[in-house]
Amino acid sequence: MANSPLTPGVVPGRLQPDDYTRNFADKAPPLTAHEAAVAADRCYFCHDAPCVTACPTAIDIPLFIREIATGAPAAAARTIFEQNILGGMCARVCPTEQLCEEACVRMTAEARPVEIGRLQRFATDTLMTREGHPFMRAAPTGRRIAVVGAGPAGLACAHRLAMKGHEVQLFDARPKAGGLNEYGIAAYKTVNDYAQAEVAWLMGIGGIAVTNGKALGRDMTLDELRAGHDAVFLAIGLGGVNALRAEGEEKAQVVDAVDFIARLRQAEDLSTIPVGRHVVVIGGGMTAVDAAVQSKLLGAESVTMVYRRGRAAMGASEEEQHLASSKGVRIVTGAAPLRLLGDGAVEAVEFAYTRETETGLELTDETFRIRADQVFKAIGQKLEGAPEGIALSGRKIAVTGPGRTSMSGVWAGGDCATGGDDLTVTAVAEGRDAAEDIHATLMAEG
Amino acid sequence: MADLSCDFVGIKSPNPFWLASAPPTDKEYNVRRAFQAGWGGVVWKTLGEDGAPVVNVNGPRYGAIYGADRRLLGLNNIELITDRPLEVNLREITTVKRDYPDRALVVSLMVPCEKEAWRRILARVEETGADGVELNFGCPHGMSERGMGSAVGQVPDYVEMVTRWCKQMTRMPVIVKLTPNITDIRLASRAAHKGGADAVSLINTINSITSVDLDLMAPEPTIDGKGTHGGYCGPAVKPIALNMVSEIARDPATRGLPISGIGGVTTWKDAAEFMALGAGNVQVCTAAMTYGFRIVQEMIAGLSDWMDRKGHARLEDFVGMAVPNVTDWQYLNLNYIAKAQIDAETCIRCGRCYAACEDTSHQAIEMTADRSFVVKDQECVACNLCVDVCPVEGCIEMRQLAPGEIDPRTGTEVPAGYANWTTHPNNPGRKSAAEQGLE
Repeated sequence: MANSPLTPGVVPGRLQPDDYTRNFADKAPPLTAHEAAVAADRCYFCHDAPCVTACPTAIDIPLFIREIATGAPAAAARTIFEQNILGGMCARVCPTEQLCEEACVRMTAEARPVEIGRLQRFATDTLMTREGHPFMRAAPTGRRIAVVGAGPAGLACAHRLAMKGHEVQLFDARPKAGGLNEYGIAAYKTVNDYAQAEVAWLMGIGGIAVTNGKALGRDMTLDELRAGHDAVFLAIGLGGVNALRAEGEEKAQVVDAVDFIARLRQAEDLSTIPVGRHVVVIGGGMTAVDAAVQSKLLGAESVTMVYRRGRAAMGASEEEQHLASSKGVRIVTGAAPLRLLGDGAVEAVEFAYTRETETGLELTDETFRIRADQVFKAIGQKLEGAPEGIALSGRKIAVTGPGRTSMSGVWAGGDCATGGDDLTVTAVAEGRDAAEDIHATLMAEG
Repeated sequence: MADLSCDFVGIKSPNPFWLASAPPTDKEYNVRRAFQAGWGGVVWKTLGEDGAPVVNVNGPRYGAIYGADRRLLGLNNIELITDRPLEVNLREITTVKRDYPDRALVVSLMVPCEKEAWRRILARVEETGADGVELNFGCPHGMSERGMGSAVGQVPDYVEMVTRWCKQMTRMPVIVKLTPNITDIRLASRAAHKGGADAVSLINTINSITSVDLDLMAPEPTIDGKGTHGGYCGPAVKPIALNMVSEIARDPATRGLPISGIGGVTTWKDAAEFMALGAGNVQVCTAAMTYGFRIVQEMIAGLSDWMDRKGHARLEDFVGMAVPNVTDWQYLNLNYIAKAQIDAETCIRCGRCYAACEDTSHQAIEMTADRSFVVKDQECVACNLCVDVCPVEGCIEMRQLAPGEIDPRTGTEVPAGYANWTTHPNNPGRKSAAEQGLE
């Protein structure tokens, strides 16, 4: 294993063992009790607080921060979990600088928000390290509900339903529950196998039976689920990856960023993950940043992220962009891939600069090439395997209100359904709200 | 540059900032460091009778309350008077005064209410060359159980008696330190005045329990599972002290009696406020105990800068300036009508003014969907709560309605001139204009 960042091609083990530990350590280490006290003291306890409005799950942020400030972090955690049972993961992965922290009045006051995300983590970590589960199940209702997909939406829905006293069958196509929390988020955002620990903790409510390795359409049909359950919640995510539609896309070492991220997350030993010497990531979202940064952290000599529009249009938040830049990722904007070059495996990507016009984005004649022995595609995911007969809107399952689909008894939420941003926190809100609606519907039926 | 030099009952100091009698002034080492740091004077920690010194507890002596970010707002203590031998203190006082002739060095005293006891101690202090004595009639804990400290200060007759003894038995200026643990501070100051005191100093600390340890179920500070009330001081007590200073300053019975202001003085501004209310100088303790002696440099610079801006050349130019403006409620001008006004430019849209007004006051602030906050003049009584809870200084201000303007709350014209409760029609005991001597 004498590889280095300069070794040509796509190879594992470019770094020394210590480098991996250091590079993939917690991106934002937890606040100490003292740091949390200082941070909490900055909250003004706003009336009808803008941070709450900005939170898709509407956590009562001023209340939980006041609970931290007064030495009751477990109470703070309950305040969080009542609205968002995945508040622990959201504290780690939410783009808070675009949500609660952007809305914080301290931004107006002094351009430095209360550290809501880190305080949320402080509270949730405190409670989750204690024994037991903070919520009690209601008396059994005798109703059975199938939840398809154990990602954030499915987990939030399952938990809320179980809490209401329903029996939940939770199915997932992958070997582990967690969805993108487990397979789709950069390792340094969720260290120490947090996604699995969180799932195990969430299951502490009881009444949720998890079946892994079962995919809708492959191993079971919606009709079967409907027949065997009082309601079905679809949270199947976006299983497909958008194609580049550029010449040479089929070349070796041109791969989906989500697969790379998933593989990395599942690796026992990061030094076994091959990475290119010169990596090009095409796309401008969170997935693109996660792939680009982790390529760099695995020892790639050069990593370039190329996005077809301008910086402001990037899906990745400003903080994510800064993170990428600080790790040595070069960000090129306003350029789209024309063709991938190489004999068998990719060797370079040719891009054309783009221009915004009234009719959309146009390619200019100005082109350039970037060396690449590994290319990650991160231009978005798409719905795959939507059940027959369910109405779509655009490329997602059409829902109205709290996740109602065109089929009676079938709800949907998370990335696979219309509405909201494709964020963990949005998925949690949709799962939770669908559960409330399912509960209300089933109980009204008597 | 303003002249900060201070002459307090004939005791001269280069500035009006003295360290109060307290732990910081218990020994030569501290006092020398204080003088090196720039303090204008010190009141040496209270000396007791000759003989076996008092003992202190060997557990915690202080308890605290905090504001945001653990900023110390209030401190309480159960420390007694000096627990070092009298002769050691006297020797140190002598050498420090010799080495710092330009600084004020006053010695605090507390001995039993016996004339001979006071005679003995006064004679010893005179030999040190100290500039004056301060009679400790204030400490509310420990010594008061033995008939000293606040036990004396709470009985005006004793205050007068001991003050008189001291004035008879020493040529040194006598400052009488008063306890706030009484209902009317003027009774004590009048007694001191009658006894011939050169000045009063106030306030001493306030009876207090700062907190309860909910594990031990005992007050803090806790000594082996038990606690006792201590003396409260620090920024939290400043409002109480300012009021008491002003009460004495405007009391006709003690008019002109010099006052040394004590109680939560933390910054130059606090000092200026005490002095505006009639204090000739100030004494500081908690701020020094919190931040160290160096803070006096801020106090000197800040006071000097403010005096320059205001055109006050000497302390006398502003000492007592605010006293005429302290009055009784009944004389406040009821024709003064103001309305809160929120500056949208500096507003950070936290909504605290709205919550406070809507939940607990007069429902006089309107909140729009885009979080703009506007005062409803027809509801606003100018209570000032919105100003007080706003995190942005100067964002909300009170605008005075001019005479002739219509007050939207009452629908009536703002009257010109002054009118107070004494003549108000709702006052069953109102006086006619003739009775008031206005005709």
